[in-house]
Amino acid sequence: MSKSALLKSSIAKKYWMAMTGLFLCLFLVGHLLGNLQLFTGTEEGRQAFNEYGYFMGHNIFIKIMSYLTYASILFHAVDGFLLTRQNIKARPIGYAKNNAAANSSSSSRNMAVLGSAILIFIVMHMANFWWAIKWSSTPFPLHTIELDIPSQMPGAPQQKQEIYYTHDFSTQPVPKNEDVIVKNKTELYIKSVDVKIGEGYKDMHSLVYAFFGHDKSKHGFPANEFALLAVVGYVLSMLILAFHLNHGFGSAFQSLGLRHPRYTKIITLTGKGFAYLVPLAFAVIPVYIYLTK
Amino acid sequence: MKLNLKIWRQKNANDKGQMVTYPIDGIDGDMSFLEMLDILNEELIIKGEDPVAFDHDCREGICGMCSLFINGEAHGPDRAVTTCQLHMRKFKDGETIFIEPWRAKAFPVIKDLIVDRSAFDRVMSAGGFVSVNTSGNTIDANSIPIPKHDADKAFEAATCIGCGACVASCKNSSAMLFVSAKVSQLALLPQGKVEAKDRVLNMVKMMDEEGFGNCTNTGACAVECPKEISLDNIARMNREYFGAMISAE
Ligand code: HEM
Ligand code: SF4
Ligand code: FES
Repeated sequence: MSKSALLKSSIAKKYWMAMTGLFLCLFLVGHLLGNLQLFTGTEEGRQAFNEYGYFMGHNIFIKIMSYLTYASILFHAVDGFLLTRQNIKARPIGYAKNNAAANSSSSSRNMAVLGSAILIFIVMHMANFWWAIKWSSTPFPLHTIELDIPSQMPGAPQQKQEIYYTHDFSTQPVPKNEDVIVKNKTELYIKSVDVKIGEGYKDMHSLVYAFFGHDKSKHGFPANEFALLAVVGYVLSMLILAFHLNHGFGSAFQSLGLRHPRYTKIITLTGKGFAYLVPLAFAVIPVYIYLTK
Repeated sequence: MKLNLKIWRQKNANDKGQMVTYPIDGIDGDMSFLEMLDILNEELIIKGEDPVAFDHDCREGICGMCSLFINGEAHGPDRAVTTCQLHMRKFKDGETIFIEPWRAKAFPVIKDLIVDRSAFDRVMSAGGFVSVNTSGNTIDANSIPIPKHDADKAFEAATCIGCGACVASCKNSSAMLFVSAKVSQLALLPQGKVEAKDRVLNMVKMMDEEGFGNCTNTGACAVECPKEISLDNIARMNREYFGAMISAE
């Protein structure tokens, strides 16, 4: 009995919904802290963000958390689908007149619709960024900087040299030319002797700036002619997320039985704050990028 | 007061059913909703038509028999009342009133506005009791000391009259408020603690088998409940269930 109850019973299904949902809330906080670094469009901001991106891609703890996040999204969506299907079946004939607004919030009544919209957003978001950065067959542009080389002879035109921004920057600048090739996406090798001379950074910062920017190409990333659409879609998705969390955050505590006259008020307040502030902070970033020239 | 009633008519469990409009006149604001329906039925009988079938018994808000989904809300627009306690002054002259049966797969319509709520009885039989030996040596319940606030909470949960308004109001037809009230009224008392684990597991299992939906915590049930049963009970049942699920044999 107790074993099958863990997955089958209505209440246990809600425990999973709540635990995966709260884990995703935690994920949102982590993701947001990273994204907030995008508020600086300068070269320093670019370096900081790309270093952060490199760290995220090369840390075992982050790796574990990312797999947990994928699993949570999947489990949350499948469980939500199963629950919703049962819920629809539980009322085969509906009311001719139903004044549901008199007794419940619209977000609480539309969790499945809101969640499905979030799922569509997640898929598009991962195609635009995660796929482009990690899996795309075309090599992902690395972070390079243009340096002015002082000319040897007076009067000669100043020369520019593109160098890779690397981990071990201090040892020696690695120029971007035909003598240096990229292996395994970020490793820089001298072509003739096949010696690794540095580790570059994927230029994720420029990807984001080109994606949401206002018709601006950015360090090898073509301008996105649908940037406005991308920004509007992103902001709308965050609004939908806010509605989902407006009910979801507090609901998860109730599903887990964490309700007490002393704490329920704090949970509700924290929930409302979280539900609107977190998506708002996410949404401001692409708007900022779009508006900055 | 003149009203335009739109009532669900269904001959029997197999009939498809439909909404039928009945104009009615001469309704007094001090009448209860059921008295208004009595007047309608008298008119229908005089005309030789089949009167509208609806459930009722005590007509004083304590038995839970009267049901009716009125203008989109269980027991109508008023709060903390059953339909027999709902007064016609809550409606405006000339208003159109929709009257429908509870809608849930677990509550099939028997005739017109009457639904079969025996699914609740089967949930109760699955564990909503305390097993006592009644062979003559029964102990007086008052001999066991019980903290006042536990007794109060148990009593509040026990005021549930099993009307089913929670199921009717819930977008998922979930019976969580009813079942949690019945689990809580016993779980809070020493007499009930003995069988607490089996009780919550078995009652929830039966609740699921009867085809009630899952809880989304919309809170509609507690708003529409005539006895103001609190969502605290659902949280308590969620805790009880967790403990029982991970530890029961
Ligand atoms: C970052 C994304 C998401 C977060 C942070 C999140 C968070 C939550 C939380 C905290 C709950 C409340 C759990 C409970 O009531 O116990 C919830 C409920 C729900 N979520 Fe999500 N969710 C996310 C994405 C999704 C997605 C992608 C889907 C579906 C495709 C989805 C579908 C649902 C549904 C259907 C419910 C209500 C389940 C019910 O009570 O009937 N969510 N979500
Ligand atoms: S919990 Fe309230 S609405 Fe539900 S059956 Fe009991 S009294 Fe009726
Ligand atoms: S008839 Fe008994 S509660 Fe309404």
